[in-house]
Amino acid sequence: MKTKLLTLALGAAAIATVSTSASAATLDDVKAKGFLQCGVSTGVPGFAFTDDAGDWQGFDPALCRAMAAAIFGDAKAVKFTPTTGKTRFTALASGEVDVLARNTTETFSRDVDLKFTFAPVNYYDGQGFMVRKSLGVTSAKNLSGATICIQTGTTTELNLADYFRANNMTYEPVPIETNAEAQEKYLANACDVYTTDASGLAATRAAFEKPGDHMLLPEIISKEPLAPLTRHGDDQWADILKWTLNVLINAEELGVTAANADDMLANSKLPSIRRLLGAEGDFGTKLGLGNDWSLNAIKAGGNYGEIYDKYIGPKTAIGLERGLNQLWSKGGILYAAPVR
Amino acid sequence: MSDTQSKNSLLYVSTKDLPELPAPVNTTGPVAWMRQNLFASVRDTVLTVLFAILVIAILYKLIPWMLTDAVFFADSIRNCREIDTGACFAVVTSRFNQLIFGFYPPELYWRPILAFLLMFVAFAPLLHDNLPRKLLWFTGVFPLLAYFLLWGGAIWGPLLILAMVTAAVFVFSLVSKPLNSTLGLLAAIAFCLMYYIFLHDSISGALASAMPIGLEFVESAKFGGFLITFVIGVTGIVASLPLGIVLALGRKSDNMPVVKMLCVGFIEFIRGVPLITLLFVASTLLNYFLPPGTTFDLILRVIIMVTLFAAAYMAEVVRGGLAALPRGQYEAADALGLNYWQATRLIILPQALKISIPGIVNTFIGLFKDTVLVSIVGILDPVGIMQPIRSTSEWNGIIWELPIFIGLVFFIFCFTMSRYSMYFERKLDTGHRS
Repeated sequence: MKTKLLTLALGAAAIATVSTSASAATLDDVKAKGFLQCGVSTGVPGFAFTDDAGDWQGFDPALCRAMAAAIFGDAKAVKFTPTTGKTRFTALASGEVDVLARNTTETFSRDVDLKFTFAPVNYYDGQGFMVRKSLGVTSAKNLSGATICIQTGTTTELNLADYFRANNMTYEPVPIETNAEAQEKYLANACDVYTTDASGLAATRAAFEKPGDHMLLPEIISKEPLAPLTRHGDDQWADILKWTLNVLINAEELGVTAANADDMLANSKLPSIRRLLGAEGDFGTKLGLGNDWSLNAIKAGGNYGEIYDKYIGPKTAIGLERGLNQLWSKGGILYAAPVR
Repeated sequence: MSDTQSKNSLLYVSTKDLPELPAPVNTTGPVAWMRQNLFASVRDTVLTVLFAILVIAILYKLIPWMLTDAVFFADSIRNCREIDTGACFAVVTSRFNQLIFGFYPPELYWRPILAFLLMFVAFAPLLHDNLPRKLLWFTGVFPLLAYFLLWGGAIWGPLLILAMVTAAVFVFSLVSKPLNSTLGLLAAIAFCLMYYIFLHDSISGALASAMPIGLEFVESAKFGGFLITFVIGVTGIVASLPLGIVLALGRKSDNMPVVKMLCVGFIEFIRGVPLITLLFVASTLLNYFLPPGTTFDLILRVIIMVTLFAAAYMAEVVRGGLAALPRGQYEAADALGLNYWQATRLIILPQALKISIPGIVNTFIGLFKDTVLVSIVGILDPVGIMQPIRSTSEWNGIIWELPIFIGLVFFIFCFTMSRYSMYFERKLDTGHRS
């Protein structure tokens, strides 16, 4: 047993040194196997969940489908690997998944220390507070002495401690593991306040029997820019992810939707739209893809706005307003680099 | 003689038996039972009343919620809430297939179901001794058959493995006749390893391309729900018992110090490490060692870890059985002139295993329940699949219903196992323990 493990380790080390050079072209590997392996979360309302047929749906899988469509022209050429908060980074670093689209906050240490490359932010989140209206609290500044349900081992725990210390307030933490546990504890009055990302709070509140009895406090106490990511060391692959996302955001800005994309490609005279859809230039070829990559990506699930509205927008049960995630031209901070 | 006659003629002595009177009311029936067990003293009475109040209070809340006010069919949690105020078991009925099969293609559900049913056929000759012994052949083939049914693919892989095992038996007899059985075993194992590493893939690939016979391939990522629980649990249970016996015998073998050391090292290492750690090693650390692109299946890795984990515990349970055997049994076997394997097979193990049944089944049940830990490494077993189901907009807000259902299914299987083991123990009881 021991000797076998040793040989295995030695062999693996030898292969690992060889493979660092070989793994440079993720695109070639992906094309060779014929599908994109995409890491998603094991379930976050609106962002990743399985439908009745067992297919992964949601805001994050939709991005993977767009990327698969950009590469293969087929939005179905993607397989999903559910990853937990603990396994996600190893899954990506070890090559088990090609891209991670999983509510991951972009931070310095994840980018630099763990050696990942983040694409542009696809959802701007921030940590908020939810309280019962009967508590009579209107601001997080009034929360001194409150009991607070908080997920352990997350950045939210640290943010909360920072915020209360900075404002000279005290609190009593009620540690919880999952969102479902938090709902149960909060509804059973085990804590006065539930704190997590504002999107998660909104989704949780929407699922309550009487959402009107609860409110989100106006304070957002941290920045949580959620972005998809790839491994360090393969710029071409990172570019494909980055520009797939940029194309989806630009498409919304230019009014290109899944329904009218073909029509726009044929008839639009606007240079920015013609470049976006590949009627002018050879941007797709430069990425190592077909020139219809952007058209396919948009047709896979629509532009950014369409995806947003379908899974997490105000008309869904999750009911998240666009807020910061509105286009820059409409008061938000989504500002995608142009295709040119 | 005359003395008895004179006694019989006495008028005040009854000549026939008096009819039996019923026992006093307060010593039989439910009333007596309650007097004896519930209201025997003031303290008992107080405790009885208190617990009765507690039980009634819980049932008063629970029964309406779980049964009378519960909703069993609806399309979403909002729909549930419109219909009634109780539990929303509609989530279980609407996602029943996902809880059982995960993402296995619905048109192929017959395959896991068939494998499940055949499992009972395969276990039958092991659990009932009045069945024809020929059925054991099916038991031997079943693992490959189950693999083929569940994963599908070309039929050649499982067939070649079967051929390999047959050839290995041949190699064993070829080597062990002139030399000895230990060498024969080593030769057979070496043969299997050499074949599997160097020849298997190319031969089965060639056959598959020449004659593509088989079932549609289903990848492991599609497995989920209780299907995963059973695949991991049953494989672990079946593989850990023989492995555990070998480890226990190895640990007891004082005249082979290297084997003993390896066994002790393995058992103590595995027992000293939590299962979660092993699962994380399987899911993350191995990825770093294996070359990128190797698709060494996550489920397979997890099965191996769970099996090794259970085998270490099993080894200690069996060792307990071996230690409990009186020395006389070992000496009697020696005195009969049996060699080590004969003595072990005919005298030692049957008795040792019989003593260990409660411990063995304990390990089985523990292993079966431990399979839910795999949800932590992102495998969607019943517990893991709760999260994506609860994240859909239809069912977001469901809390208790899914764990209740999953707990119920686990209870049914674990309780059955434990009851069966008790029956088995009684059947095998030959009355040695006074």
